[in-house]
Amino acid sequence: MENNIVLEARAIYKSFYDPVKIDVLKDISFNVKRGEFVSVIGKSGCGKSTLLYILSTMDTDYQGELLIDNISMHGKSEKELAAIRNEKIGFVFQFHYLLNEFTVLKNVMLPGFKLNKYNEAELESRALSLLKDLGIEHLAHKMAHKISGGEKQRVSIARAMINDPLIIMCDEPTGNLDNSNTDMVFDIFKELTEVYHKTLLVVTHDMTFAQNTQRTIEMEDGRIVP
Amino acid sequence: MKTRHITEIAGALLLARWKQTLVAAVGVTFSIALFITLLGFMEGLNQLLDGLVLNRTPHIRLYNDIRPSDYQPIDLSEEYKQYYNFVSSIKPANSRKEIHNAQRIIEDLRKDPLVLGVAPKITAQVFYNLGNVDVNGIINGVDVEQETKLFSFSDYVTQGNYYDLKNVANSIVLGIGAANTMMAKVGDVITVTTTEGEQFTLKVVGFFQSGISEIDKTQSYASVATTQKLLGESSNYISDIQVKLKNMDLAPSLAPQYKQVYGVDAEDIQTANAQFETGSSVRSIISYAVGLTLLIVSGFGIYNILNMLIYEKMDTIAILKATGFAGSDVKKIFTAISLSIGVFGAIAGAIFGFLFSKIIDAIPFNTDSLPTIETYPIDYGVQYYMIAVLFALVTTYLAGWFPARKASKIDPVEIIRGK
Ligand SMILES: Nc1ncnc2c1ncn2[C@@H]1O[C@H](COP(=O)(O)OP(=O)(O)O)[C@@H](O)[C@H]1O
Ligand SMILES: [Mg+2]
Repeated sequence: MENNIVLEARAIYKSFYDPVKIDVLKDISFNVKRGEFVSVIGKSGCGKSTLLYILSTMDTDYQGELLIDNISMHGKSEKELAAIRNEKIGFVFQFHYLLNEFTVLKNVMLPGFKLNKYNEAELESRALSLLKDLGIEHLAHKMAHKISGGEKQRVSIARAMINDPLIIMCDEPTGNLDNSNTDMVFDIFKELTEVYHKTLLVVTHDMTFAQNTQRTIEMEDGRIVP
Repeated sequence: MKTRHITEIAGALLLARWKQTLVAAVGVTFSIALFITLLGFMEGLNQLLDGLVLNRTPHIRLYNDIRPSDYQPIDLSEEYKQYYNFVSSIKPANSRKEIHNAQRIIEDLRKDPLVLGVAPKITAQVFYNLGNVDVNGIINGVDVEQETKLFSFSDYVTQGNYYDLKNVANSIVLGIGAANTMMAKVGDVITVTTTEGEQFTLKVVGFFQSGISEIDKTQSYASVATTQKLLGESSNYISDIQVKLKNMDLAPSLAPQYKQVYGVDAEDIQTANAQFETGSSVRSIISYAVGLTLLIVSGFGIYNILNMLIYEKMDTIAILKATGFAGSDVKKIFTAISLSIGVFGAIAGAIFGFLFSKIIDAIPFNTDSLPTIETYPIDYGVQYYMIAVLFALVTTYLAGWFPARKASKIDPVEIIRGK
């Protein structure tokens, strides 16, 4: 591979018709390199989440080009995109989004079932060691709805890591957490990039959080501020 | 994606709403159980009613019809060959009802591998004498052993001993209706007059009850020898040969063959009793229609539950998709849920259907017209279970298909953004 670009957006435009046309994203172009810890900041409503849904391949209704691992996502089927998400992208949302019907351990293992790269025993030991690294090993066999918010967010970080993705994307991961939990999540992210050399793209409106990342992309009214 | 993981996820979603899924499964169970019971009961009744007549009817009857000759003398004349000849009011020649060489035909038929058994029969028109009054009657001369073996004769002899017909000379088994008219008891001696005007005394050794009162009023049974004596015929005289086949369905094709080979008339059971077939099939169609409607209704139950489940589990579906599950995986998960409801319901339904059938089978059912029946009839045909289970699986699959497709089309962005 001649470059080490993991994710690249080329002139991405996105509009909603609700019922009049609103341009939410205008000419978004940037890239993220392997091992970078990038934050995206901007006022509420400036289009950060909308951009993240596009970058994560879940939203395919846009103009412009998106490359993940130097492969264009243009014209890929729903099934192919799902496979790419499963293998190459880890996801952490603001509202934790664990599956309440399962235990913490199963929640972490689920994307691994889909990938089907490791057998169940390997997957379980991977999940347990991730939980251990995040300091919540003792919660492994609890049901997902019986743990606290900060714990839930750590479980979703573990889930995002289970398939060893190329990039982890987070949408306001600390937006719903108190200060001590925010600091803890931030420390985890820092460790992920520094110790595990993970690539992170974190959307946030927390300025102090953003200032501590390697690179900050600022958005305003659907554009990247140069 | 392994099937095991699909079913694991399906199972977890199902357990999260176990009460509703149980209700859906009970719906399937109930409809399958009723389907099996209904059809088993209906078919049991059909067989009972058909059996009333069909059990006692030969599959093929060989006889000599009294009718005018197919060729009249004029047809043989050279002179009128090219003419079209009309002859009116043709009368039958004095031909005999007797089957020529009957004994040899019987021997011959018994060797046929398609034939289960052969029984000779003679019918004699008589009058039962009641003092000054004469009552019309028919005496059937039968071979007691063959008649019992092939046509369950003994089942219909309700009083007395049917075997005495063979052991006691000049004996008769009276139709129960005729016996009541004559106020005869077993052991009495009655008098009959033949069409030739001769009087005979016969000893009553039993009563016969077929369940069809028209028959019981006129028909009685005697041995072949006694009947030959009544008719004043020799011991070679046989007017009917009754053939029971191993497979009843072959009767229509075999009857013409026998007709040709033995030079007699042959009538198959299907021609003789067409109306019974029709009645049975109409009853079957009605019960199938009712049963299948029940199954379809239970399918709507599953459809509802699944729709509700999907509505409740939007977040779960969105997360599965966000973490890389394709629409087709989500579809498989929900199809697995509906199929497991179907499978569980089907198995339980088959068991309950069998139990309900057993219960109905044990309910006493006594009626004068059906002397051999003590409880309600049930047919335990395995085909009802197969149809019910198969149909239940198809309905649940279809009932799950639409909600599953809806789930597979859910846009995760819409759900995640909605929070
Ligand atoms: N489904 C939609 N239909 C119409 N407008 C939308 C829709 N989703 C988001 N928007 C608009 O797009 C803009 C950007 O939203 P969003 O990306 O959620 O902002 P952020 O995450 O930066 O707060 C907002 O003005 C919002 O009202
Ligand atoms: Mg947002």
